[in-house]
Amino acid sequence: MRLPSGGRIDRGKPLRFTFDGRAYSGVAGDTLASALLANGVHLLGRSFKYHRPRGLLSAGAEEPNALVELDCGPGRREPNTRATMVPLVEGLTARSQNRFPSLRLDLAAAASLFGPLLPAGFYYKTFLGPGREAWHRRWEPLIRRMAGLGRAPEAPDPDRYAHRYAHCETLVIGAGRAGIAAALAAAEAGDRVILCDEQPELGGRRLLSAGEVPGLAALRANPRVTLLPRTTAFHYGLQNFVSLAEILDRPDGLRERLWQVRAVRVVLATGALERPLPFRDNDRPGVMLADAARAYAARWAVLPGRQAVLLAAHDSGYEAAFALQEAGARIAAILDLRAAPPLADTARARGIEVRAAHGIAATRGGVRVSGVLAAPLRPDGSPDAARATPISCDLVLMAGGWTPNLALFSQARGKLRWDAAADAFLPGEVAEALTCTGACATGRGPGHPVAAIAAGALTARHAFVDPQNDVTTRDIALAVQEGFRAIEHVKRYTTTGMATDQGKVGGMLGLATAAAASGRTVPETGHTTFRPPYTPVSFGTLAGRHRGPLFDPIRTPPSHEWAEARGAVFEPVGQWQRARAYPQAGEALREAVARECLAVRQQAGLLDASTLGKIEITGPDAAELLERCYVNAVHSLRPGRCRYALLLREDGFLFDDGVLARLAEDRFHLTTTTGGAAHVLHLLEDYAQTEFPELRAWLTSTTEHWGVAALQGPAAREMLAPLVRGCDLAALPHMAVTEAEVAGIPARLFRVSFTGEPGYEINVPSDRLPALWEALIDAGATPYGTDAMHVLRAEKGYVIVGQETDGTVTPLDLGLGWAIGKGKRDFIGKRSLARAEMQRPDRRQLVGLAPLDGRLPEEGAQLLATSGARVAEGHVTSAYASAALGKPIALGLLAGGRARHGETVQATRLDCPRQPLLVVPPVFWDPEGKRLHG
Amino acid sequence: MAQRFSFLTLAREALRGHAGWHPHWRSPERPQPAYDVVILGGGGHGLATAYYLAKEHKPGRIAVLEKGWIGGGNTGRNTTIIRSNYLFPESAALYDHAVQLWEGLSAELNYNVMFSPRGVLMLAHSEHDVQSFKRHVHANRLAGVDNEWLTPAECKEFCPPLDIGAHIRYPVLGGALQRRGGIARHDAVAWGYARAASALGVDIIENCEVTGIARDPRSGAVTGVETSKGHVGCGKLGVVAAGSTSLVMVMAGLRMPLESFPLQALVSEPVKPVFPCVAMSNTIHAYISQSDKGELVIGAGTDQYTSYSQAGNVQILEHTLEAICEIFPIFRRMRMLRAWGGIVDVTPDRSPIIGRTPVPGLYVNCGWGTGGFKATPGSGHVFAATIARGEPHPIAAPFSLDRFVTGRVIDEAAAAAVMH
Repeated sequence: MRLPSGGRIDRGKPLRFTFDGRAYSGVAGDTLASALLANGVHLLGRSFKYHRPRGLLSAGAEEPNALVELDCGPGRREPNTRATMVPLVEGLTARSQNRFPSLRLDLAAAASLFGPLLPAGFYYKTFLGPGREAWHRRWEPLIRRMAGLGRAPEAPDPDRYAHRYAHCETLVIGAGRAGIAAALAAAEAGDRVILCDEQPELGGRRLLSAGEVPGLAALRANPRVTLLPRTTAFHYGLQNFVSLAEILDRPDGLRERLWQVRAVRVVLATGALERPLPFRDNDRPGVMLADAARAYAARWAVLPGRQAVLLAAHDSGYEAAFALQEAGARIAAILDLRAAPPLADTARARGIEVRAAHGIAATRGGVRVSGVLAAPLRPDGSPDAARATPISCDLVLMAGGWTPNLALFSQARGKLRWDAAADAFLPGEVAEALTCTGACATGRGPGHPVAAIAAGALTARHAFVDPQNDVTTRDIALAVQEGFRAIEHVKRYTTTGMATDQGKVGGMLGLATAAAASGRTVPETGHTTFRPPYTPVSFGTLAGRHRGPLFDPIRTPPSHEWAEARGAVFEPVGQWQRARAYPQAGEALREAVARECLAVRQQAGLLDASTLGKIEITGPDAAELLERCYVNAVHSLRPGRCRYALLLREDGFLFDDGVLARLAEDRFHLTTTTGGAAHVLHLLEDYAQTEFPELRAWLTSTTEHWGVAALQGPAAREMLAPLVRGCDLAALPHMAVTEAEVAGIPARLFRVSFTGEPGYEINVPSDRLPALWEALIDAGATPYGTDAMHVLRAEKGYVIVGQETDGTVTPLDLGLGWAIGKGKRDFIGKRSLARAEMQRPDRRQLVGLAPLDGRLPEEGAQLLATSGARVAEGHVTSAYASAALGKPIALGLLAGGRARHGETVQATRLDCPRQPLLVVPPVFWDPEGKRLHG
Repeated sequence: MAQRFSFLTLAREALRGHAGWHPHWRSPERPQPAYDVVILGGGGHGLATAYYLAKEHKPGRIAVLEKGWIGGGNTGRNTTIIRSNYLFPESAALYDHAVQLWEGLSAELNYNVMFSPRGVLMLAHSEHDVQSFKRHVHANRLAGVDNEWLTPAECKEFCPPLDIGAHIRYPVLGGALQRRGGIARHDAVAWGYARAASALGVDIIENCEVTGIARDPRSGAVTGVETSKGHVGCGKLGVVAAGSTSLVMVMAGLRMPLESFPLQALVSEPVKPVFPCVAMSNTIHAYISQSDKGELVIGAGTDQYTSYSQAGNVQILEHTLEAICEIFPIFRRMRMLRAWGGIVDVTPDRSPIIGRTPVPGLYVNCGWGTGGFKATPGSGHVFAATIARGEPHPIAAPFSLDRFVTGRVIDEAAAAAVMH
């Protein structure tokens, strides 16, 4: 019922909304929860397990019951949203969840009838048969349909999310009285201050009073202060790195923003959370936290009931009752668990009946409470139902005392200490620069001890501790009876504290119940770990703008636009997009690759090799650093010459390969594989900085600086020569490097080959590569892509790290032992190569494989000695249709393979049993190497 | 003997207010002065070891010593993915041994561990992935382990929330599916083994931290452990301490080839069934399934730096959810409910260590890295045999500690489609 006056709402701005298809209206300033209450809607949800009717328990972020589905159009459906945290907007569409066919008539509530069969952990004891797959086939699908709350969205979310990073001297979390005071003090001291609060309006419990919140105006006026309403600090990382989720819901589609704040100091002013009380059927709609009812009346001018009963364990309940009385509700009675309630006389003076040492034996009603059975307490603290008297009411207020809200403190690895006087866990030691202030530091004064409250409710039926997960005091007592004594075990066995409120409502009560059931004190029982996030955070908020092309940077080589314009087919290689082939009109990919291969073998082809990693190593000790890392003899490499270089891991297995070129005594140009570029640089830096800090050698990544055109083929020199100035190409031998000008562009010109044909890799500044590329195309070169590159190198028996190797392959396995510098004192992996296993003659060695049936082998196929064998002796690493040879070829690793040339092995296939392959040397094309040096 | 769990006993107890249930396992406050075998570490692997020791080998008195509460380490912190489609025959044999035990585990333990073979789909996003996964399929089929290759359309059919469009950054090029793979209820595995082991006489001592390892001064053999609850003598000691293994083994003078990293996971708020299988993408680091309760269970990667702090880095969670939202874009409006970390112990070849050590009487089972849960029954089974017989079980033999000396490593990480 909406009150005629008061509240922090704007009665002049009505807003229409629907809930379960029915139209209602509220006003600006309402939450969905307050607007529904104002319309007399008290049944808002169904519980997880028993589908019991549920209404609002709280008015804030801890709400466990009033979870609804919001629907803001296609892709904007959102499950499990707390109605208490949704500011009402025009046209809001909300639906209840987890009910069939309707909220009022939920057939699944029949589960309650079987309640006695479904205590905590029942599912561990049954569904064991019939048959082995009974759980998976028969029972699990049933359980799954019953479980879950809302429905997942069905379409991709069209909204946007942003990320922002911030630094400040003081981050204050919680904008109640204490938080505002802390922010003011810090701002006055000159700090940059960020003050955040999960509520749309800053002020905390000060919002229970009318008028401007003191101190806010001063904060707003201070340019050093950033105020963030609707912003929840949800993750507390090391060194005061705190993550905040800001809800924006902007009309332009910016929905939420993640703030990541590094603060010199953090002030937690997170207040305290009111505890519910355990009694029979304490979950009926209309049973509410006392302070929440007060908030509905004060902030939103909604009376949640006309006739209320307060069950009090703490004086704060009286304040709530008095406030509601002043707002027009009748307080039918105050039942106080305490024998001598301090405020009893004050209440009586207001005409309210107070019964000390009383509790509630049960509530009455259907989908809304209609009364309670008030009962005097027995010596053990339980209500004596035999002496109970009924009291009619439509609202039951629970004032169970207060739990300091220390979730973030605990996330910051702060220790909680039990304070008997405060009857609460209070902040203890913490390593971060973090202080707690206000109610989270001190609590809000003791009431009836929580241990006594729990002890009095151990045997009550349907006394809910975790209302969303339907965990009762009896469930917890049963868990303890069954030996689950550690509080984490109790939590996991009963699921208490694991609902979407993460134990904010029932955590303390649950732990007190476990303590009472096991005959221990609360501090002996301990508390569960507070895990991030403080309240649930959208996946989208954390993912931010990292979607599609921004998920991971796309890198393109300098010829990319040229290739795109000519209809090239691309493939991702790590972050790079590389041209796979350049099909001509009407040409299939396979045909294009064959044509490109033949062009290289017969004329000359042009590959953009810019993606290769490139590292410049300089300094007087550059050669020494490389000598200690790579397997090759580096000191003996003369300036102007190149070497095929291998880098191992410490375990002796091949890590990367490339070409090492010595430009000068103290300067090297090193290439790496495309995928290995960053890893190689990282590894070399690691050694340079940690193992060999005495060496004067410096590493610079030049991958992006050099564009690389690889011109390969018998006609390469002929095509290139007219473009070159400053170098005699004919005098440049294989594996040499020189400076030159190519097509008018200063270049590092390498004579190297990854095809078996004579070839050049021309390095020019990346932005000049397109010009060079066009010049070489004009000179008659055929562009070829990565597919042709793979075929060409395999024909020649050149390996690709990551394809022929998988981290279990040594240079000797690949027949590359010649690359290892003789007599070297050390290099990375040298000692490992000397291990017994690395010397075995039956290690898997690189071989060529010629299909005897003419079919292309499957890459990854296992190699068997006979078609009936079950133990693999190797596998096919690469397989291609070779246009130059007119037949399929393959490379593989085969146990003792080098000694098995001429043998026939069987390869597995997915489409038929086996395929016979002839073991041959791995070099199919020009085994003598005549072309290369030609 | 433990009470028999069944629908009938549940119904009978329901009639009398569940007054007759006993503790699932005995948890003696103090250990006995000595045991024949002490298992150090009350996680799934340690409890399974104790269970199979007691059931199949009967070496005498057995105790499990646990620093905190059982199942509180990685057993209770992982994303429960179970599969056996590993590349190398040694690994496939070990993990498939486990899958075969999983298939009968609820009945074996008389405890519903909720093993749910929903199928594990590993997604390929590059030609390199495709080559690698097809190699796995070939190898697995030869070894008798089920694994099949799916086209992108078949992946989508098996896992409807998957986006197989070309517009995503790393489009799905196919997937390897193991239908026998799935998930299980992790806590129940620890409790089920504890209950069954306890019923066979195993003492499970919680809140008992080991502070030292006692050895015979002449032979060097293990004679017992010093604990927060006093000296406990033992004939054989099996260390199964996951992320803390290196700290424990140092007490016996052994430096282990292990690095410990925080590994994080998270769950969403619970929703009605929407995700029917397990999907994994090594390339973009996304691992997801839906629990019986309805939560999306999502695995993240490890932090870049070694640490014993279970608080992980928020950037890792960001990265993981970017990946999840990228290939399952309908989940962008779902919310993260809870995130946590565990400490995983990683070996140089990413395969576990199971077996003897240079110290007589001391056995170790560790190095499971990010994927130990799936192996729990198999790991316990072969480790129990190894301890009882004093020599490696044939399936455990390749996973010896000395393989890092001989070089006969089993590098599954190299074989997985993780770019090097």
